[in-house]
Amino acid sequence: MSILTGFFAVLYSLAGIVLFGGLAYKIWVFFKTPAPLKIPTTPAPITRAGVAFRLAREVTVFESLFKSNKWLWLFGWMFHLGLFLVLLRHLRYVTEPVWNWVVLIQPFGKYASILMVIGLLGLLTRRLVVDRVKYISAPSDYLMLLLLLGIGMSGMLMTFVATPDIVQLKRFLLGVMMFQWEDFPASAILTIHMLLVALLMIIFPFSKLLHAPGVFFSPTRSQVDNPREKRHVVSWALKLESGDKR
Amino acid sequence: MADFEVPTIKEDIIVPHINPGVMEGEGPFVARPEHQEALGFPGELVDNWQEAAVAKMGEMLKKYRSLKVFMDSCVKCGACTDKCHYFIGTADPKNMPVGRQDLFRKVYRRYFTIGGKLFPKLVGAEDFTEEVLNDWYNYFHQCSECRRCSVYCPYGIDTAEITMAAREIMASIGKGMKYSNEIIGKVFKIGNNLGLPEPALADTLEGLEEEVEDDTGVAVKYPLDQKGAEILLVTPSADFFAEPHVDGLIGYGKVFHEAGVSWTLSSKASEAANFGLFIGSYENMRRVALRIREAAIDLGVKRLIFGECGHAWRVAYSFLNTLAGPFDFLDQRYPVPQHILEFTLGELKKGTLNIDKSQNDDMTLTFHDSCNVARASRIGPTPGSQFETPRAVIKAVCNNFVDMRPDTIKEGTFCCGGGGGLLTDDLMEVRVKGALPRMTALKEVVEEEGVTHMAAICAICKSQFSKVLPYYGFGMDQIVSVHQLVSNALILKGSEQESEQAEAGA
Ligand code: HEM
Ligand code: SF4
Ligand code: SF4
Repeated sequence: MSILTGFFAVLYSLAGIVLFGGLAYKIWVFFKTPAPLKIPTTPAPITRAGVAFRLAREVTVFESLFKSNKWLWLFGWMFHLGLFLVLLRHLRYVTEPVWNWVVLIQPFGKYASILMVIGLLGLLTRRLVVDRVKYISAPSDYLMLLLLLGIGMSGMLMTFVATPDIVQLKRFLLGVMMFQWEDFPASAILTIHMLLVALLMIIFPFSKLLHAPGVFFSPTRSQVDNPREKRHVVSWALKLESGDKR
Repeated sequence: MADFEVPTIKEDIIVPHINPGVMEGEGPFVARPEHQEALGFPGELVDNWQEAAVAKMGEMLKKYRSLKVFMDSCVKCGACTDKCHYFIGTADPKNMPVGRQDLFRKVYRRYFTIGGKLFPKLVGAEDFTEEVLNDWYNYFHQCSECRRCSVYCPYGIDTAEITMAAREIMASIGKGMKYSNEIIGKVFKIGNNLGLPEPALADTLEGLEEEVEDDTGVAVKYPLDQKGAEILLVTPSADFFAEPHVDGLIGYGKVFHEAGVSWTLSSKASEAANFGLFIGSYENMRRVALRIREAAIDLGVKRLIFGECGHAWRVAYSFLNTLAGPFDFLDQRYPVPQHILEFTLGELKKGTLNIDKSQNDDMTLTFHDSCNVARASRIGPTPGSQFETPRAVIKAVCNNFVDMRPDTIKEGTFCCGGGGGLLTDDLMEVRVKGALPRMTALKEVVEEEGVTHMAAICAICKSQFSKVLPYYGFGMDQIVSVHQLVSNALILKGSEQESEQAEAGA
């Protein structure tokens, strides 16, 4: 077993724990933090089902973003759709046997990377040329885009130019998940790709990537508009009532 | 007339290039110790203010999901950057919604996130220095908490929530705002924002009764503290005397009269406004709201109706049940609380009101959707009724109505520029500049559609427009109350106008 294998096996075990543990913790914090007042941005749905539909539209077609800015919507949506398909495609590296639908989408996943990279380039350009967006950008905002671009482009290189030993890569990944380490199929591009992905996994729960779970917990989008019909009080607010003469 | 440059109205609503620092300044007058202490805040800036502020921030992050989720979720996509009227009017990037949030977020990141603790420069985190505090005080008082940004943010991040949290933190370390805090103090002490005591109020209402009787020959009553009345009307205190507000109040009274219901105002709850919202203080907002519950119980009413006021309607519609409920002692066949427009539209549909639309023919109307009504409430049973109900009432009483352009009305409406506790002379520059997008849209319909007047259902909007319309070359009387229009067109039973109508018809 090479040093690289040991390194990546440890790195990915850690990255997996940080990503899933960190996300679970953050989601739990969002969940248990109370929302004392009804603040949906109206017009808002008046039923739970309506709210589910509103959230579904936000997540799948970025409804609010579409109202806001068509170019941003286009690039953002291309990037996310690309990313989503690419992620689905990657499932074949970590499932055995590979699910049928994952097999079916392989060709789409392959070209989705192009969508993703074009989207990212658009977003990066916007960040650099629109003075308002440049003003609000911290170094981490650029680095995040560069990181994703790095991942996307190194991935594309492997898909379209220099395919690594996929079979061995899958053995390695399944091995990490089962705690039975297998050799890492060393190649320069794969090494870079895998390093960047591990980095992304590790910073995910500590960065703005929390927008992915965040949207489901955003009270302005996830609350039902029914304050007159149903009294909404959280426990810390209820405590204030103990002194009242009612 | 101004010691600042009044923006010129352009062809279109133009997104400016950023001009960092143009709106730097001291912010509004700071609350004096007595204003602070009446609300349970320290009189002046406490010695360990930085520590205290960070501790308060930590506490609020645990109490408000909105704050926590909004702090973590922003991706700096910039979708909101051109959506704020204060940015459009001033070009100061700290008036872009995300720019404003980042004043808060950089402190949050520094003290509450791993990235900000380890690599502050990388993630844009900063210590809570005096300079940052000054920026907070200045720029969190250039936000009218209008929620326009939250419509366009892909996660619904509502800068109003951040502004409220920042103001609450500042008040809690002794740096509150004079205007709002002084007013809340008056509500606690006297019962309304204007500090009108009961005798003055009774006097004013008597005056109104005389005026209406002179005009119409009908003895319409404007009752105060009448026990056993069916309806308690809670309305912004501006309705008691200022133009065009009072014409609205006259209208409510006429509608109630024609509907044949008994109603009353309360001297204890002689104010619909609740500035506790503006300063983000749940406790103060609740204390203000409880007066209304007490008044309703004391007077033994069955229904609760609110007059024309934007933020008051938000607090009433969205929060009253939470803050001061349950209202199980009221008649559950009616919404609790109900908006006066819901009542009036109901009567119009029932046909109890004799309307002569031609009485408003000297005007061509447009309608300004008030932010809090548009983006934080309903006025009716369905989503979007907050847009339809006022328009339905206006169209029922006026022949000439046109809307302003679509991106400036309904959920995309632009704030009047004076909401969220900014309606004070020490913020005149911000108020005037923030009105630019609305003034631009208004000018368009004035020139192209011959609009003469703009109707609104908010006391703050009405006051703000009376003040800023002249800066842009309009007349201060071009802003009207919706119930003023109703009042103009409503022919009272047994009135002189009714006989004239009969003669004309015969
Ligand atoms: C529920 C899932 C998700 C939703 C609904 C969502 C939605 C959005 C939206 C609406 C934007 C703003 C527009 C834009 O800049 O594209 C955005 C930005 C972004 N998202 Fe997501 N996203 C999701 C998951 C993810 C994931 C899993 C990643 C990365 C691993 C990610 C990475 C990013 C990045 C880096 C940006 C900022 C782009 C920029 O810098 O301009 N998102 N997301
Ligand atoms: S709430 Fe309104 S005033 Fe405040 S930042 Fe958003 S758009 Fe601007
Ligand atoms: S639109 Fe929302 S996510 Fe985008 S920069 Fe503004 S606040 Fe942040």
